[in-house]
Amino acid sequence: MQVADPILQTKNLNVYYADKRVVTDVTLDIVRNRITAIIGPSGCGKSTLLRCFNRMNDLIPTARISGQVLFEGQDLYAPSVDPTEIRYQIGMVFQRPNPFPKSVFDNVAFGPRINGFKGNIDELVEQSLHRAALWDEVKDRLNSSALALSGGQQQRLCIARALAVQPRVILMDEPCSALDPIATLAIEELMRELSEEYSIVIVTHNMQQAARVSHFTAFLMADDTRIGHVVEYGESRQIFTNPQDERTEAYITGRFG
Amino acid sequence: MAIISSGDFSRRMNRRKWQGRAFHALCLLAISVALGMLAVLLVYIGVKGASGVDWDFLTSFASRHPDQAGIKAALLGTIYVISITSVVAFTLGVGTAIYLEEYTARNNRLARLAKLNIANLAGVPSIVYGLLGLAIFVRGMHMGQSVLAGGFTLALLVLPIIIVAAGEALRAVPASTREGAFALGATRWQVIWNLVLPQAFPGILTGVILAVSRAIGETAPLIVIGALTFVPFTPDSPFSRFSALPIQIFNWTARPQAGFQEAAAAGIIVLLVALLVLNAGAVFLRNKFQNRDGG
Repeated sequence: MQVADPILQTKNLNVYYADKRVVTDVTLDIVRNRITAIIGPSGCGKSTLLRCFNRMNDLIPTARISGQVLFEGQDLYAPSVDPTEIRYQIGMVFQRPNPFPKSVFDNVAFGPRINGFKGNIDELVEQSLHRAALWDEVKDRLNSSALALSGGQQQRLCIARALAVQPRVILMDEPCSALDPIATLAIEELMRELSEEYSIVIVTHNMQQAARVSHFTAFLMADDTRIGHVVEYGESRQIFTNPQDERTEAYITGRFG
Repeated sequence: MAIISSGDFSRRMNRRKWQGRAFHALCLLAISVALGMLAVLLVYIGVKGASGVDWDFLTSFASRHPDQAGIKAALLGTIYVISITSVVAFTLGVGTAIYLEEYTARNNRLARLAKLNIANLAGVPSIVYGLLGLAIFVRGMHMGQSVLAGGFTLALLVLPIIIVAAGEALRAVPASTREGAFALGATRWQVIWNLVLPQAFPGILTGVILAVSRAIGETAPLIVIGALTFVPFTPDSPFSRFSALPIQIFNWTARPQAGFQEAAAAGIIVLLVALLVLNAGAVFLRNKFQNRDGG
């Protein structure tokens, strides 16, 4: 799929853990200010691919890549690039809510503080919590522990925490898989609102979710020789109603995976 | 159909219940023996030594006469030595643990070898550390038989305990916390300082309490490096010679006079109280950190 002005791109990207290739020859353009879903069966390299976009794979000692990952046309893996700076611009929300054992306020303020924010922190925290649709629920307990919130609230807090550093892109690694259906709906609604300002890439197991929220969908698969290659990538409407590849059709109709 | 006939089942059930009761009784016996011994020790020492602990005992120096003998020099010696030990062992131990857990990869062979050896060092007899301290600090670094040499030697002795405990505490901090912080653009130092250490601190402190409690009662290494048993002065500098509570107690118990036996019992009470004060302080600190941020 050709994209005019992609925010993120991969070019012939391969990722290896030690000698095992877990992402194979992925060339993908991520569209600006849209939601892109990465779907596929377990173990097909979805999360690994996602973690290339903010260099979280660097934390795994045996991981290495070949090929290119570009952010606004700049090579993310160039030697001059500091992964810390990348992560400041490309935020991430994880599978399990992982609030810090601090107060609600300190969780949201953490990112701005460590990055040297000098402005009005109260305002920034409130604004971030508003954007994450959490403000009304926590405004009276900003100083109590974030661990006392419900799972859905914790995940929205993690989104607020990511928003507080005002990133350009938000990566979401199965953000709803540990949540109940109502909390899931709240997050999905939030994602749609956020996509007006942010580019979002979401990894999900849940095909209904991908169909509901995403504008574009990439279907990844693993077969005997190639783990984590893109079978089909295109507009979600097309992928879910009129897939071009029979493997995509088999997957979205629930025949495997 | 049941997989076991009902006759068999109730016979077995009976046996299973008996097994449960027997195990329960065994555990009860174990704790009774442990608590019983402790009670005997406390009562014995209390009866024998309580009358000996008074202001004079705490503020007098050692003496040839049992009724004039006091514990001032040994008490101060222990306080000074343990202060040095705590600071040195805490700094080196926690630093080492942070390096091993946070700065080396999980699968780093060298780090794993280092951890294995450190765990083994925790089991080395204390007298061996005394010899090491004698060779390195007393002679090699010309500290002499001083408070400083004593403090450093005991620090070496408890270092492995602190490293192992601090390592456990650091490993108990979930990886998801670190990931969350890295994903916000935190540097490794910020992750460690702002998130990992505050969460691990109560556990680290528990290790330090255990280690320092062990150090405070150690006699052998201090004897090896040449701590004195008769000290009619207070240590006035880190290079001053010194005595310590366990050495003083050991010395008194070796005397034939009944008066010195009582002084020894009184000395043990002082040692136990010092230990309790130390532990209480550390527990207080730990609780303070645990309650902070609701973590």
